[in-house]
Amino acid sequence: MNEGKSRNYARAANLIMRNPLTVFGLAIIVVLFLLALFAPYIAPYPEQGQGLSNLQERLRPPSLIHPLGTDNLGRDLLSRIIYGARVSLKAAIIVVLIVIGFGAPLGLIAGYFGGKTDELIMRFADMILAFPSLLLAIAIVASTGPSLLNALVAISVPWWPWYTRLVRGQVISLKEMQFVESARALGASKLRIMFRHILPNCLSPIIVQGTLDMGYIILCLASLGFLGLGTQPPTADWGVMVNDGRAFLLTQWWISTFPGAAIFVTVLAFNLVGDGLREALDPKIRWRFQRA
Amino acid sequence: MEGTLLTVRDLVTAFPLKRRGLFEKRRYLYAVNGVSFDLREGETLGLVGESGCGKTTTGRSILRLIEPFSGKVLFDGVDVATLGANGLKAFRRSAQMIFQDPFASLNPRMTVGEIIEEPLIVHNLYKRKGERKEVVASALRRVGLEPDYMYRFPHEFSGGQRQRIGIARVLTLNPKLIVADEPVSALDVSIQAQIINLMIKLQEELNISYLFISHDLAVVEHISTRVAIMYLGKIVEIARAEGIYNNAQHPYTKALLSAIPVPDPRSGIKAHVLRGDLPNPVDPPSGCAFRTRCPVAETVCSRQTPELKQVEPEHLVACHAL
Repeated sequence: MNEGKSRNYARAANLIMRNPLTVFGLAIIVVLFLLALFAPYIAPYPEQGQGLSNLQERLRPPSLIHPLGTDNLGRDLLSRIIYGARVSLKAAIIVVLIVIGFGAPLGLIAGYFGGKTDELIMRFADMILAFPSLLLAIAIVASTGPSLLNALVAISVPWWPWYTRLVRGQVISLKEMQFVESARALGASKLRIMFRHILPNCLSPIIVQGTLDMGYIILCLASLGFLGLGTQPPTADWGVMVNDGRAFLLTQWWISTFPGAAIFVTVLAFNLVGDGLREALDPKIRWRFQRA
Repeated sequence: MEGTLLTVRDLVTAFPLKRRGLFEKRRYLYAVNGVSFDLREGETLGLVGESGCGKTTTGRSILRLIEPFSGKVLFDGVDVATLGANGLKAFRRSAQMIFQDPFASLNPRMTVGEIIEEPLIVHNLYKRKGERKEVVASALRRVGLEPDYMYRFPHEFSGGQRQRIGIARVLTLNPKLIVADEPVSALDVSIQAQIINLMIKLQEELNISYLFISHDLAVVEHISTRVAIMYLGKIVEIARAEGIYNNAQHPYTKALLSAIPVPDPRSGIKAHVLRGDLPNPVDPPSGCAFRTRCPVAETVCSRQTPELKQVEPEHLVACHAL
């Protein structure tokens, strides 16, 4: 029997697919990724999506030519939203990778070594968590200057301690397991035990949290964009677009509403998938799942 | 008789307890309190006692999975306590451990092949992947499993099979000593015999010495050359297996023996039933630790700790009543 590993994944996939809400969320995410990847081929007006203004067609309501209408510079909103997906998804993936890459190893070290190392790392993490995260991010961007790169860093700074906490908790219970002691008895190095034995067993909650956070990070990024502290025009960004339409909300409602809806649907989709993953990967809930 | 592989002298392992007040003296729980024994090459020493008597801690202290407090552990003439990082790694190549719970002792995220291969990677034994794969296959065959199992995950196996995997893993290093910490107590009785027979077979083939830790005298009888009985951190009786099973001297050993179930409904219940629980090891009784439950305790037992005395060749007992 050679298919042990793939059979395992197949079982997890099966569990995920049994939940219609998760499938729905997954479908939205797949569509979003396709839109982002193939934006130049899908968007009806790619150059407008990238920022070219078209002042003759300012503030047009949704129609056959412009399915979601145009904004105050005459740009096709559908194209802008599709290009905005590019920015949001790319940024969210980068932030998630930064926070996991930074937070998880710290949690691993804190949990495994314990004692003073643990105190030092966790008190530092607590200190950062004590700030409201968005406020801290705004403060960081405000002091470094508004740009997408600075916004990514600013969101990552208050975010990594969540992963440190998550991983540390897992590590503390895992390091007492017999297979860890068994590795010690073999003479395995600390690094090997940490990265080969403990970390792989923490992966499920990290993946779940990472998926859920994709949505929150997109929301956070849109907030920064809305305040003018994130992506800078003319690059399309959902938060910036919501802000652009603010002045016209009563008369040209579509300018703010459609990008807002895009944010809403995206965050919802990542939440649905995150919850579905949690149910499939958490053995305690999985038990209930199988009996049902 | 072959040479001595392992010498343990006055081994003490203590765990510090949480201080209750700022000015209270730090107190210790002496899990292992002066244990001495020898283990010869190719023999099995059964280490038996109730749960909480320190038998597992003894095994783990010998392998330095816990740092002992004091005492000496000589392995092949080398003092284990003084080994540096490199020496310790070399020591671990020849002294290995089999764990109690076959469900917790195998990493669920690794395939059986990766689990068995790991010792070879850690000790840098075979550089090429193909060679390592062959070693894994032969280790699996040696413990009576199919080499194809290396591609599967531990959760696909039964308890007995998993314990075989755990044994295969340590066999790849060709250890001289295996500390087996209750290797069969988590298994069904029918499977227990299979695993024990496997261990005996491997011992005959590879001349391994076992320190076989168990709470069950009936299990130990089959595999042990000699047996040591532990009570509250101390060895109370140590002898060749026949000496323990046919001529037990210590009242605690007698009580344990009488507790072995006899598969005969007409035999009735024997008299030597122990009353009470193991005393709190944080605050052990004065003198002989067993006196609180001993049917023949006298006043001297509360004043003086009995030393191990030879009652016949290779048979030591720690009791004042003898």
